[in-house]
Amino acid sequence: MKLTLRIWRQSGPTGALVTYPLDDLSPDMSFLEMLDVLNESLVVRGEEPVAFDHDCREGICGMCGLMINGVAHGPEKATTACQLHLRHFSDGDTITVEPWRAKPFPVLRDLVVDRSALDRIVESGGYISVPTGSAPDAHATPVPKESADAAFTSAACIGCGACVAACPNGSAMLFTAAKATHLGSLPQGQPERWSRAQDMVQTHDDLGFGGCTNAGECTPACPKGIPLTTIAQLNRDLLRSHLR
Amino acid sequence: MQTLRLYRSTVGKKAVMAVTGVGMLLFVVGHMIGNLSVFSGPAAIDGYARWLREIGVVWPLRFGLLLCVGLHMVAAVQLARRARKARPQGYEHGRRPQSYAARTMRWGGVIITLFVVYHLLDLTAGVANPHGVQGEVYNNLVADFQLWYVVLAYTVAVLALGLHIRHGAWSALQSLGVTAPRGIALVVAGVICAGYLSVPAAVVLGVVS
Repeated sequence: MKLTLRIWRQSGPTGALVTYPLDDLSPDMSFLEMLDVLNESLVVRGEEPVAFDHDCREGICGMCGLMINGVAHGPEKATTACQLHLRHFSDGDTITVEPWRAKPFPVLRDLVVDRSALDRIVESGGYISVPTGSAPDAHATPVPKESADAAFTSAACIGCGACVAACPNGSAMLFTAAKATHLGSLPQGQPERWSRAQDMVQTHDDLGFGGCTNAGECTPACPKGIPLTTIAQLNRDLLRSHLR
Repeated sequence: MQTLRLYRSTVGKKAVMAVTGVGMLLFVVGHMIGNLSVFSGPAAIDGYARWLREIGVVWPLRFGLLLCVGLHMVAAVQLARRARKARPQGYEHGRRPQSYAARTMRWGGVIITLFVVYHLLDLTAGVANPHGVQGEVYNNLVADFQLWYVVLAYTVAVLALGLHIRHGAWSALQSLGVTAPRGIALVVAGVICAGYLSVPAAVVLGVVS
C-alpha cells in the first residue's frame, strides 16, 4: 500500500512538517515498522533518520507516543502506536505525525519529547514507605478483592503521556490520578494517602501542566483505558485532605 | 494556610467552580419554577414577584449570586490562562473533540453572562423592555416575546445555558469527587431548557397573551 507521511522534523528550537511518500508498505506492518522502513531509506539517501521513542513494541512499556492525525496513539481504541497496524489506514492516505505537545514535554528531536515531568510527579508522592530488608510474608497485609481490582485498573497506566497530549488543557491529571488511586486503593498506601494527594497535585501544577476541566479527552486516548473515575477519586482525596 | 493551598491548586479552583456552579444551578431551577407561574395568569406571576420582595429574599439572593458569578468566572479565567500556557505550540492536524458541550464551556459562559446583563436591563430594570412597567411582570414578558429578535436571543441564551449545564452539572460532581453517570446532566439540562423555552413558546403560539 501507498501512504504519504507528514512528519514533524525538529533539530533546533523550531521545526516543521516534512512530507515523505512511501510505497510498497504491507498492511500488516505496525506504525513503527513503517517508520523503520522510512528511516532505512533516509539513511541510504544520506539524510538524518526520524527520531522517535520506542522500546518494547508490545504495548506495555509506554515509550512510544505519537500524535497520529491529531489523535494520541492513532485511531484505534486502547492501542499504543507500536500496536497500531497499517491495515487501519486506507491505501493513498496522508497521515500527519506530530510529537506530544505540552510545555512540560519539551521536544528533544523530531517526535521525541522529554517526559521526565511525569517522573517528577511520581517522585513527589507515587510511592509507599515500607521497611526494606527481609521480604514481608505474602499474606501479612490482606487486600480485599475489590481494592486489588481498583488498584490494578489504575496501575495499568504505562506513563506514555497520551492523556497530556490529548487534553485540551495540557493537563496530566489522568496520569497523576492513576498513580495516586493505584496506591490509595491499597492498605499499604493508606498512611501517605492524604499527603500523596496534596504533594502530587502540587507538583503537577508547579510543573506547568494545565488544570483538569473534565473535558474527558484523556480516557479515550489512553492505551490502557484508565477511567475518569480515578480523577474523581483524586479530587475527593485532595478535598478530604484539606477539610479533615 | 491549608485553605489557601487548596485554592491555589487546579483541583481547588475546580471545586470552587463546582460549588458556585451548583449554587447558580439551584437558582436557575428556582427561577424556572417561578417563571412557570405565568401559565396561571397575570395575577399569579405578578403576585409571585411581589411576594419575593415582601419576604426579603431578593437582595440577599442578588449578593449571593454576584459572589458565585465572580468566583466562578475568576477560577474559569485562571484555568483557561493556565491551559493556554500549558500548550504554547498546538497541533498542526486539527483535533476531533469528543464533546461539543465541553468544548464550548468557556465561550458559552461568556454568552450567558452577556445575556444576563441584557436580561437584567430588560426584565429587572425595565429599560430595555418594550412595556417596561415595574411590577407588571406578565405584561412585560408578553410585550418582550412579541418581538422575534427577543425570542431568538432568549432561545439562543437558554440553549447556551443548557449546553453549559449539560457538561457543567456532571463536571461539578466529578470535581467534588462524586462519580456520576453523564446522563444525569443531560436530564437536568433538558428539563431546564424545556421549562425556560415553554414561556416564549406559549407567547408565540398565543397560549399566553
